[in-house]
Amino acid sequence: MAEQIIFYVLAIVIVVFSILTVTSRRVLRAATYLLFVLLATAGLYLLMGYQFLFGVQISVYAGGIMVLYIFSILLTSHAGDKVNKVSLKRQLPAAFAALAGLAVCGHIIFHNVYKVADIVASDPTMQEIGKAIMGTNKYQYLLPFEAISILLLACIIGGIVIARKR
Amino acid sequence: MSIIPLAGYLVISTVMFTAGVYGFLSRRNMLTILMSLELMLNAADINFVAFNKYLFPGQLEGHFFALFAIGVSAAETAIAIAIIINIYRNLKNINVDEVNKMKY
Repeated sequence: MAEQIIFYVLAIVIVVFSILTVTSRRVLRAATYLLFVLLATAGLYLLMGYQFLFGVQISVYAGGIMVLYIFSILLTSHAGDKVNKVSLKRQLPAAFAALAGLAVCGHIIFHNVYKVADIVASDPTMQEIGKAIMGTNKYQYLLPFEAISILLLACIIGGIVIARKR
Repeated sequence: MSIIPLAGYLVISTVMFTAGVYGFLSRRNMLTILMSLELMLNAADINFVAFNKYLFPGQLEGHFFALFAIGVSAAETAIAIAIIINIYRNLKNINVDEVNKMKY
């Protein structure tokens, strides 16, 4: 019962704030709404029992990426600035694409996914996650881990090269 | 034991994704476009985790895919923001309609 109440609260938060994120005319407010969406997503991960993913979502998304966004917003616009109003000619095709996508996906979810039985096993422990991320056997992920570390290194170098003063 | 159906998570992520699609197509400010992109990536992550939890419990593929997707999207955001700040420094503008020179 408690689980269901938490789920509905998170669902409402995500739906309301993700729509506000894409419609708010103040950029800084849009960033704040995005932060709420990301935190509620972290809550969903916790609800599903993935504590490690919850921690990663909070620290990387809500911590790291949002700080980057807020800094870049403050660097590129003044605090009270409003974005220009979106013209109807631009809004209509976007709304149509979004609603069509929503209709198709909603139809598929309600007609097919409800037939799937839900079997839920125990949550993964930290030890299992650590072994899976650092092992080289089947279903273990050392190679993607190394690939992503190379990617992050390239990203650091790229960020410095792109943004440095010439 | 869990009473929340898989479809609940899928509905949430669908709404989040389509909000991202709408923002990506209608917004003109580069930073808000990037935020819409972030919403779409996040919705995909929720789907991976939910499918892992409900269809393949006991395995961790979806969990790790979401983990690596979060890392990749962090890298992508950092680079995109570096590019946007560089564009702003050169053109004093980050509106996609008015940024039409690819050289600096």
